[in-house]
Amino acid sequence: MYKMSKKLQLAAIILMIVGAVGLIYSFVSTPTNVQEVEEMLAHDEHHGEEEASATQQSEMNQNHKSLSHDDESHMGEAKHDNHHSEASGHEKSHAEHVYDQLKNKPWSAIYTSSLFFFLLAVGAFTFYAIQNASQAGWSPVIFRVMEGISKYILPGGIIVFVILVLSTFQLNHLFIWMDPSVVEHDEIIRNKTGYLNDSFFLIRAAIYIIGWVLLSRVIVKNSRKQDENPSLKLHKKNFKLSAIYLVFFIVTESMMSWDWIMSIDTHWFSTLFGWYVFASMFVAGITTIALVTIYLKSRGYLEFVNNSHIHDLAKFMFGISIFWTYLWFSQFLLIWYSNIPEEAVYYIARFNDYQLPFLGMVVLNFVFPLLVLINSDFKRVNWIVVMSGIIILIGHYLNFFVMIMPGTVGESWFIGIPEISSILLILGLFIFIVFKAISSVPLLAKNNPYIEESKHFHY
Amino acid sequence: MATKVIQAIYTDDDILMNAVKSVKENKYHIEEIYTPFPVHGLDKLMGLPHTRLAITSFLYGLVGLTVAVVMMNFIMIEDWPQNIGGKPSFSYIQNMPAFVPIMFELTVFFAAHLMVITFYMRSKLWPFKKAENPDSRTTDDRFLMEVSVNEKNYQQVTELIYKSGASEIKLKEN
Repeated sequence: MYKMSKKLQLAAIILMIVGAVGLIYSFVSTPTNVQEVEEMLAHDEHHGEEEASATQQSEMNQNHKSLSHDDESHMGEAKHDNHHSEASGHEKSHAEHVYDQLKNKPWSAIYTSSLFFFLLAVGAFTFYAIQNASQAGWSPVIFRVMEGISKYILPGGIIVFVILVLSTFQLNHLFIWMDPSVVEHDEIIRNKTGYLNDSFFLIRAAIYIIGWVLLSRVIVKNSRKQDENPSLKLHKKNFKLSAIYLVFFIVTESMMSWDWIMSIDTHWFSTLFGWYVFASMFVAGITTIALVTIYLKSRGYLEFVNNSHIHDLAKFMFGISIFWTYLWFSQFLLIWYSNIPEEAVYYIARFNDYQLPFLGMVVLNFVFPLLVLINSDFKRVNWIVVMSGIIILIGHYLNFFVMIMPGTVGESWFIGIPEISSILLILGLFIFIVFKAISSVPLLAKNNPYIEESKHFHY
Repeated sequence: MATKVIQAIYTDDDILMNAVKSVKENKYHIEEIYTPFPVHGLDKLMGLPHTRLAITSFLYGLVGLTVAVVMMNFIMIEDWPQNIGGKPSFSYIQNMPAFVPIMFELTVFFAAHLMVITFYMRSKLWPFKKAENPDSRTTDDRFLMEVSVNEKNYQQVTELIYKSGASEIKLKEN
């Protein structure tokens, strides 16, 4: 029986407090009106000019810049839709534009990290459901770790849902299609209102979250009931429920990715986006399972987990990392190759303003795991798995960052106080809930028909 | 004189494994073992070194990647940089996404094929090669262990192998 150590509890609480303070600070310190932003821009002007001259060195770059500028005005809010017809009004609308972006910053920061940790927990639970449905013989000894992580689905889902509700109340501009004044002037969005409207959006979100929470809770509960119940009934029930969950999940996950992430860039669409988001959350979930397992083992709680189990988890981390890259590249290559303007703006915004995180995450999520985790011996070494796990998690946070930020804060992004403090806040909450859940039950599932095989698993 | 081997035939892989263990414990040299199918853990018991085939494959993959990059860079960028459908052929990196499918396939191609060829060469397999099978039953349902012996110890080895549950024991001159 694991008991969450006082130290870990304290660390989680400190993370939450520091994060909450930082987040409140960043909400308070956003500019309150457009004048403030104008002053700020005037102050930075000298800086800006230097940058601009540097970027205009090649014709190529210039083309991109002007292209992306057009798209911005096309995609941006209606308030400054007319900003290139009036030369004098340009400055004003630019300040307004930046003002909206800065207002959005803390909102998108907390949204990104809430979504990341929530989907990570869902990904970990999906892995668990796959283990159940595929009758895996190696993994039952770490079922309790996966069950603990899946306990975060409920609080994480509530947080995400609350943010979505607040967005529909116009408290932020994460989703431009929620703003009636934008939709009014935008025919493309208007044609999508059959799907993208506040009430249907929230109903869908509630269906996904309630479905995932209910199915995960029932499956986890059955697995715990099995400890006192040696019959196979609960096992078979969980097998069926897991299969049902997986079918439900793949449909709702795909729609979730359209709703919660793709609709931020309302003018853009991609067909493999659902799979792409799935790969990201799945590998993050598996990595978290590996990290928590290694942590608990290092504390001496999982004596029945051997390095073959770690090896298997690391193989999954490696394989799904490459799967993610495959989808990332497939989406990029198809859009880059055909270069249809309405699709390409998505990547032009990312290449112009997000070059470092956008390309950096490919290094973190692909090149690094590829070179490190390809070695069979390395996959059994705890510190190497932990190190690459942390890098994969950072990389997939960046993935969510690059999916969400360009549509909400645009070129005003920065990984500063709002972003870091919202990561800390949610991370603290995640650690607290997950380890509390893990300490509530014995770490070895009893009466699972595969538990003996799993204990002696050797690769 | 050390050219004599004892050939012991077993009918079960478990008995074979135990026999290997006892021969190893008594520090006799196992020349070769013939089995009809892979016996899990046999290599470890025999103390065979780990294969380096995976490492060669990785290196061959790097060769394939290099070939692809150099080839595409020469053909598409240096030799004749045409404008084909507006794709930027000014530098390799600008047109890189279009080359990735080729880079990937050549990496896999080189890694796979050269590794297989390496495997054939290292294990001396080729068409028309004479089979080195001491007893044709070992491809069906028998396991054969060869232990090298000399004048002094063949008596003891035979006894050991007899006790280990062999169904046939032969002394063979090489």
